[in-house]
Amino acid sequence: MRVGLLALSQSMLGSLRDLAPIVLVIAFFQLVVLQQPIPDFFNLLVGFLCVVAGLTFFIYGLEMGLFPIGGSMAYEFARKGSLFWLLLFAFALGVGTTVAEPALIAVAAEAAQVAAAGGMIAMEPQAQLEYASGLRYTVAFSVGFAIVLGVLRILKGWPIQYMIIGGYLLVVIMTFFAPKEIIGIAYDSGGVTTSTITVPLVTALGVGLASSIKGRNPMIDGFGLIAFASLSPMIFVMAYGMLM
Amino acid sequence: MGFWEQFADITLATIKDVIPIVVILFGFQFGVIRRRIANLRKVLVGFVYVVLGLALFLLGLEKALFPIGRLMAEQLTDPDFIRAWSGPSDMGLRWYDYFWVYIFAFAIGASTTIAEPSLIAVAMKANEVSGGSIGVWGLRIAVAIGVAIGISLGAWRIVTGYPIYWFIIAGYIIVVIQTFFAPKMIVPLAYDSGGVTTSTVTVPLVAALGLGLAETVPGRSALIDGFGLIAFASLFPIITVMAYAQIAELRTKRSKITD
Repeated sequence: MRVGLLALSQSMLGSLRDLAPIVLVIAFFQLVVLQQPIPDFFNLLVGFLCVVAGLTFFIYGLEMGLFPIGGSMAYEFARKGSLFWLLLFAFALGVGTTVAEPALIAVAAEAAQVAAAGGMIAMEPQAQLEYASGLRYTVAFSVGFAIVLGVLRILKGWPIQYMIIGGYLLVVIMTFFAPKEIIGIAYDSGGVTTSTITVPLVTALGVGLASSIKGRNPMIDGFGLIAFASLSPMIFVMAYGMLM
Repeated sequence: MGFWEQFADITLATIKDVIPIVVILFGFQFGVIRRRIANLRKVLVGFVYVVLGLALFLLGLEKALFPIGRLMAEQLTDPDFIRAWSGPSDMGLRWYDYFWVYIFAFAIGASTTIAEPSLIAVAMKANEVSGGSIGVWGLRIAVAIGVAIGISLGAWRIVTGYPIYWFIIAGYIIVVIQTFFAPKMIVPLAYDSGGVTTSTVTVPLVAALGLGLAETVPGRSALIDGFGLIAFASLFPIITVMAYAQIAELRTKRSKITD
C-alpha cells in the first residue's frame, strides 16, 4: 500500500511538470500580452487540480490495465494462429473505438453544415443529419480497414514506407478531384479519429504482435497502426465527398 | 450545474465511450481466445483508473483550460487588439500584424502536446521497446515542436489564405524524402506520432483558434478555412521526429569520428 501511494505521488509530480508549460503560456499571454485579469480564479484552480489528478490516474491505470491486456491479447492471438479471428478483432477494434468518438461526431456535424452551405446537400436538418452519420460510419469503417491492413503488415513484415507513401499519393491525387469544401475536413478527419484510449490500446496491440512473432522487430514492425488509422480516413472521406 | 453533477455527467459519457472497447476486448477474450486473463482484478482496477482519470482530466479541461483558451483565441484574433500592436494605419492588416497569433499558436501547440496523454503512452511504449535508446522526453519534445510549427504555420495559412493542399503536399514530399534518409527504426514511430498528437487537449483549443482566426480575417469563411489546423498538427510531428532521429544519429557518428 505504501509503495502504491509513493508511486502515485511520484506520477502526480510528473503530471504537474507536464502541465506546467500550459499554465505558463496561458498566464503569460493573459497577463502580459492581453493584459487582462485571470477570470474566475477559483474555478480555474479546481479545474487545474482535476486535470492533474486525471492525468495521474490515467497514466497509472494505463500501465495497470490497458497495456497488459493489449499485449496479452496480441500474444494469445499470435499463439492461436487464427488469422480470421485476429483480423476480425482488429476490424472490430477500429470501428468500435471510432464510431463513438466525440471529436468525430462534432467534426461530422460541422462537415454537414459545410456541405449544406456549399450546396452539396439540401439545407434541411434531416439531410444534414444523414450526411453527418454517413460520414461518421465512413470514417469508422476506414479506421477498421486501416487497423486490419496494419495488422496484416505486421504479420507479413511488409515495409511501412511504401504503403504510407502510396497512401499519400492517393490523398494528393484525390485532392484534385474532391469537392473543395470537403478537403479541409478530410485532412482533419485523420487526426481526430485516434482517441486517448484507442492510441495506447492499438499501440500495445501492435507492439505485442510484433514481439510475439518470430523475425519481427517490435520497433520496426510494432508501430505504424496509428499511422494507417490516421491516413485512411482522409482517403475515405474524400471519396465520400466525391460520391455524395 | 454543480461540480459533482458535472463530474457524474462526464464520467457517464466516458464510460459510454469505453463500453464498446471493453465489450470487444472481453468478447474476444472469452469468446475466441477462451483463456483466463492473468491478473484480471488488476486489469479491471486499471480500467477503472483509466476511466476515472480520463473523466477528471476532461472535467478539468472543460472547467479551466477550454474557457480561457477560447477566450484568449478570441481576444488575440480581435482586430482591435491586432491594431493596437501594429500601430495606427489606414491600410488593411498585413499578415505579419498577426504575429502574436503565431507566437500563441506555437506556444499553445507545444505546451498542450507535452501534456497529451496518448503521446505519453506511446512515448512510454517506444522507450520500453527500444531498450531506452529513444528517450521519453526526446520523443515528446520532438513531437511538441512539430505540432507547434504545424499550428503556427496553419494559422499563417488562414491569415494569408493560401490553399491548404499546397502545404500538405509539400509536407508529404519532405516526409517521403526524409523516409529514405532517416534511421529505419524511427520511421514507423514517426508516422505514428502524427496521429497521436491530436486528441484530448490539443484539438478543442486549436479548433477554437482556427475558427476565431477564420471569422476575423476578412475574406475567410469560418466553415472552409477554420478547418485544417489539425491536419497541420498531425503532419509536422512526422517531420520533426524523423529529424530528431537523424540528428541523434549524426551526433553519434561525429563522436565516433572524433574518437
